[in-house]
Amino acid sequence: MQNIYLTIVLAPFLASLAAGLGGRLIGRAGAHLVTIAAVALSCALSLYVLDKFLLDGMPTYDAPVYTWLVSDGLHLGVGFYIDRLTAMMMAVVTFVSLMVHVYTVGYMHADPGYQRFFSYISLFTFAMLMLVMANNFMQLFFGWEAVGVISYLLIGFWYTRPTAIAANLKAFLVNRVGDFGFVLGIAAVLYYTGSLDYATVFAHATSFAGAEIHITPTVAWPAITFTCICLFVGAMGKSAQVPLHVWLPDSMEGPTPISALIHAATMVTAGIFMVARMSPLFELSETALSTVLIIGATTALFMGLVGIVNNDIKRVIAYSTLSQLGYMTVALGVSAYGAGIFHLMTHAFFKALLFLAAGSVIEAMHHEQDMRRMGGLKKYMPITYWTCLVGALALIGFPGTSGFFSKDALIEAVGESHRIGSGYAYFAVVTGVFITALYTFRMFFMTFHGTPRMEEQTRRHLHESPWTITVPLVLLAIPAAAIGWFTIGPLLFGDFFSGAIHVLPANDVLAKAGAEFAGPVSFIGRAFLALPVYLAALGVFTAWLFFLEKPELADRAERSGRWLYEILVHKFGFDWFNSRVIAAGSRLLGGGLWRYGDQMLIDGAAVNGSARIVGWLSAVVRYAQSGYLYHYAFAMILGLASLLFWLLWRT
Amino acid sequence: MISLAQVLTLSGILFAIAVAGLFLNRKNIILLLMCIELMLLAVNFNFIAFSRFLGDINGQIFVFFILTVAAAEAAIGLAILVVLFRERRSIDVEDLDTLQG
Repeated sequence: MQNIYLTIVLAPFLASLAAGLGGRLIGRAGAHLVTIAAVALSCALSLYVLDKFLLDGMPTYDAPVYTWLVSDGLHLGVGFYIDRLTAMMMAVVTFVSLMVHVYTVGYMHADPGYQRFFSYISLFTFAMLMLVMANNFMQLFFGWEAVGVISYLLIGFWYTRPTAIAANLKAFLVNRVGDFGFVLGIAAVLYYTGSLDYATVFAHATSFAGAEIHITPTVAWPAITFTCICLFVGAMGKSAQVPLHVWLPDSMEGPTPISALIHAATMVTAGIFMVARMSPLFELSETALSTVLIIGATTALFMGLVGIVNNDIKRVIAYSTLSQLGYMTVALGVSAYGAGIFHLMTHAFFKALLFLAAGSVIEAMHHEQDMRRMGGLKKYMPITYWTCLVGALALIGFPGTSGFFSKDALIEAVGESHRIGSGYAYFAVVTGVFITALYTFRMFFMTFHGTPRMEEQTRRHLHESPWTITVPLVLLAIPAAAIGWFTIGPLLFGDFFSGAIHVLPANDVLAKAGAEFAGPVSFIGRAFLALPVYLAALGVFTAWLFFLEKPELADRAERSGRWLYEILVHKFGFDWFNSRVIAAGSRLLGGGLWRYGDQMLIDGAAVNGSARIVGWLSAVVRYAQSGYLYHYAFAMILGLASLLFWLLWRT
Repeated sequence: MISLAQVLTLSGILFAIAVAGLFLNRKNIILLLMCIELMLLAVNFNFIAFSRFLGDINGQIFVFFILTVAAAEAAIGLAILVVLFRERRSIDVEDLDTLQG
């Protein structure tokens, strides 16, 4: 099996090298052919591995591949830990990546950075696979940082745009904050278990639970809570949870395929995946899980609200991504890791689909992203329209779509939980359903329905995108619509994740929620007895009423709720806070340290000050050095006299 | 009869005058030489006083040696002084500050 795993990981890497360094040797066509072939190979092999797990019940694979270094008994190396969770992630990552590769052929065909782009996204696939397949924290961290770097490169892909450069810098810096926590968490794991290998760490989890960290001699924190919260801070950065979410909307400066692949389907879910992977540790700390829960709920509710007022088609979907990541985090917080991962999977499909559809629209509109200048695109772009509709329905949880199964199960699991903060989280996710439906269909109606608002010039050139764009849309629409039917039973309420995800029996809300589960059809039937489906319908209706039927209602709502509108347009002031308080505060602190610490204390007192003291002292001493013989003789006599005096005095 | 203490006091006073002359004098380098001679005389006084009161003749022999050496020293000192005067056209103590560097 090792050869298969190595091929899965290395094929995109080698293809990336070929596309990136091949230059004129392989040309544009060569670049996309080699990368698509490599990712297709990875995808096929990942599906084969997943199939092995599903049908043959293959046991967990955990083996080192290469030892990088050994230091004081600590082995650092590359290794694979493949279980069902990993296999599923691999399949999702490679499949979405393959779709995005194909899509890019159509989307980026006129871009001068065509080959560079293919090199980057293949490299990203490699890094993401390293992340999910890791069998130790070091490799996880390598993948974690590598996807961060590639995300940085790709957000700033159009590096001549100042906004893109600002956005990629922002993404990188915000992720540094998260990574700092992550590194601390990894260090704590190493300190308390003496190993970085998953298997060893998880085996030591119970001894971990008893340890305490003494902050002061009297105050002690449970080590496990500290570690888990540190690890989760890393997840907050990567998975864009409040307050480290600010980079994700800005990352939409990158080309659309990137938004679909990295900033919706795969990289941002790395945090969710990591927490699920670390479930044996997180299960031991109620406090850490409550933190996860509350932060996830806040993200799910409040970021969705911002989506309602945004006019940039990609940013609306980006805020939706934030909100959905919040949902996944909530699922992790109530110990329903399976539900979180399930939502991760369905979300990967339908959100990638939505982004690619938005990209198709943007391409047709000649890189216009403002929804106020769209409208009525339905008749020009039928394939995009229908696939986007599938994605939108899946996102709002229309009964039967993949998003419905994952989101409904998730909400039900949250409802079963009694953890601190679960009440708030339940309110957030249920309200979130209405908000999701509202902003999704606002986006949908403003783009595809109503009267065309674009310029005549643009309108005449409107046409459906080429097949390289529409084929991935259709191929993604299929799982977005249907994958929930086959997977909800085994994945969520079956024993698919047993062994990969550890849940204490007392915390197992999914089992409670799934106690009455009797197939997907009855699951749909039961959903009609609960609130979320009606809230979603109400959201769609509100969107239809406000943004299609009677747009003046929206204007009136905007005027009457001016303060609320202002808060939302300013995204709750996070950017303001970061730039005015944190950035300006740091600059102030830095300026102060420079002026008082560096200039005054070090330069003034320590460096120039010591020189000045030496100068002053020598000026004093110079007086003694008169050059007159009799002064020296006097000193001698004085010294002699005092010596004698001292001798006599002593005796 | 003169006591030992009185003689020693006298020699002490002579020595102190010599030291004071050494330091207070700012003008003439010949005065410095004279002060050194005076110091030697004060020491000689001590020698003779102790020799007399302790009944040991060695002290007086030492005095002869010292007087001889002092004469030689005075000769050398004056010779240096003459060279110095030729060199610098002055024998002022004030001007002799080249030890300052």
